[in-house]
Amino acid sequence: MADTVTKDAPELLSLRGVHKSFGHVKVLKGIDFQVGTNEIVGLVGDNGAGKSTLIKLITGVHRPDSGEIYYKGERITIHSVKRSRQIGIETVYQERALGDQQSLWRNMFVGREIADRFGFINVRKEKRETERLLREHMGFTSGAIDTSATVMFLSGGEKQGIAIGRALHFNADLIILDEPTMGLSLSETRKVLDFVRDIKDEGKSAIIISHNMLHVYPVADRFVILDRGQIAGNIMKSDVTQEELSELMIKLARTGSLA
Amino acid sequence: MDRQNGTPEPAPLERSAATRPPRFRFRTSLETGIFIVFVIVWAIFLIGNPRVFTGFHIYYSLMSTIPFIGILALSVTLVVVLGEIDLSFPSVVGVTSWVFASVFALSHNLLLSAIACFGVGIAAGFVNALLVVGIGIPSLVATIGTMFLFRGLTNVAAAGNGIALSTARGHFLYEVAVGRLFGLIPAQALWMLGLGIAFWFLLNRHRFGGHLLFVGDNAESARMMGINVNRVKTIAFVQVGFFSALVAILSTLEVTYFWPNQGTGYLMTGLAAVFVGGTSVFGGMGTILGTFLGALIIGSLEAGIVSIGLTGFWTQFIYGAIITVSVAIYALLMRSRR
Repeated sequence: MADTVTKDAPELLSLRGVHKSFGHVKVLKGIDFQVGTNEIVGLVGDNGAGKSTLIKLITGVHRPDSGEIYYKGERITIHSVKRSRQIGIETVYQERALGDQQSLWRNMFVGREIADRFGFINVRKEKRETERLLREHMGFTSGAIDTSATVMFLSGGEKQGIAIGRALHFNADLIILDEPTMGLSLSETRKVLDFVRDIKDEGKSAIIISHNMLHVYPVADRFVILDRGQIAGNIMKSDVTQEELSELMIKLARTGSLA
Repeated sequence: MDRQNGTPEPAPLERSAATRPPRFRFRTSLETGIFIVFVIVWAIFLIGNPRVFTGFHIYYSLMSTIPFIGILALSVTLVVVLGEIDLSFPSVVGVTSWVFASVFALSHNLLLSAIACFGVGIAAGFVNALLVVGIGIPSLVATIGTMFLFRGLTNVAAAGNGIALSTARGHFLYEVAVGRLFGLIPAQALWMLGLGIAFWFLLNRHRFGGHLLFVGDNAESARMMGINVNRVKTIAFVQVGFFSALVAILSTLEVTYFWPNQGTGYLMTGLAAVFVGGTSVFGGMGTILGTFLGALIIGSLEAGIVSIGLTGFWTQFIYGAIITVSVAIYALLMRSRR
């Protein structure tokens, strides 16, 4: 398979020949995977295909057994979640990365509080920034937002919006969305896809992991299909309709190959 | 949906809770609730025995006794916010009191005694943190173990003997700890007030408090957001050890005597203050103001009950009534916010 990125998009992230095993289980078998600048990549594949392991290598949760990772043209090792964030990789993990009983402003800034040198939080500033983010990325009109409301009041789509807004706020260049539409209603899914378009509009890149083609298709520039630890397909959206892509996925599931 | 721009129409944002006009704050309503309970209890005392409760003496007496459970309850609140519990703090008070009194008996140096006392308190906190964070024993179980362990240590060390510290009187540190401001206000009451304010800022305005709340709410999410969960938990347990040592110093100096059973009365009253105050046992939510008022209620019940003319036999019953009613109200409030 050609390991190209979308035309004219310089490479932001590149994995070359990456292997990863857990004990005797070979989860990733020689992965070549790229993400271009300002490119939205849909990473699709069945459960157990290795999607989440691949993501964990990129976010520094695990380290590859062999192979190389390049980021902005430089070879790097991502040895921790903290490190991946420092270089501008943010992960949006479903709803589970939010504190349900905590306010919106606390959720927005958790782990990276705006604080003075004694560690005291500038609550007013955090609230103001949160309000701005909600207004700009979530379509709330100003004045109508209660940044002190706890997250448990929000719908699933709004929670994703908070998580994506948080990633954008911290100037991530690459935002990884782990099954962002799982368990959401159709209208909620639309909201999340709108948030993903914000990522594109801001000139950032994203990887959207999903096992549902329908959800990824409208916003992705390119699709990478992962199957049993290998890249089974790398398809530009311009080369394929949604129907054709779905058929390919079914064929893959049935025959184990796209050919 | 067409082929290239399969873009669904942007969904209109429905009015959600975040935009709903009435600002419902769960913590605020909890704190209002506990405040009302506090006023009712105090009103009952006032009506039951106006002579005692309009005079200064009862407040002077309460100000000298309540701060011990008050400071402990404030400190334990941070552990409860994490969704953990510490049952060993009264035993840490015991063992650190023994250290404090013994070092003083040998050295007649209050500063040295205090340093040794704090050192042992911090070490005891580390033992709890090691068991809970390092080994992974649930804190309820781990601190039942250390509760007996530290109490047993005190028993073995003291061998049933008390230690007198009467020569500490008049010393500068004695005045700072338990002296009487203008001859009227016990210094320990000022300690409790000051620490109450400090804990409020710590939990509500400091980065560490935010981390406590997040870890208690959802430890996995806290970890993903880059919070060092083990470090936060360790600090929480260690500070309980530290403040237990402070209470050991204050309570020992107040009576200038070490009793081998020092601290034994603080377990249930201290925890009751936290839960009557409204902090959730499930973690992720806590109120310092609630704990403060909870300590005032719990700490004044016994004296109040006796002075309104009931026998001491009523004490536990009324404790129980107040605790069950208040936690039932909180549970109902909690349910209504979903």
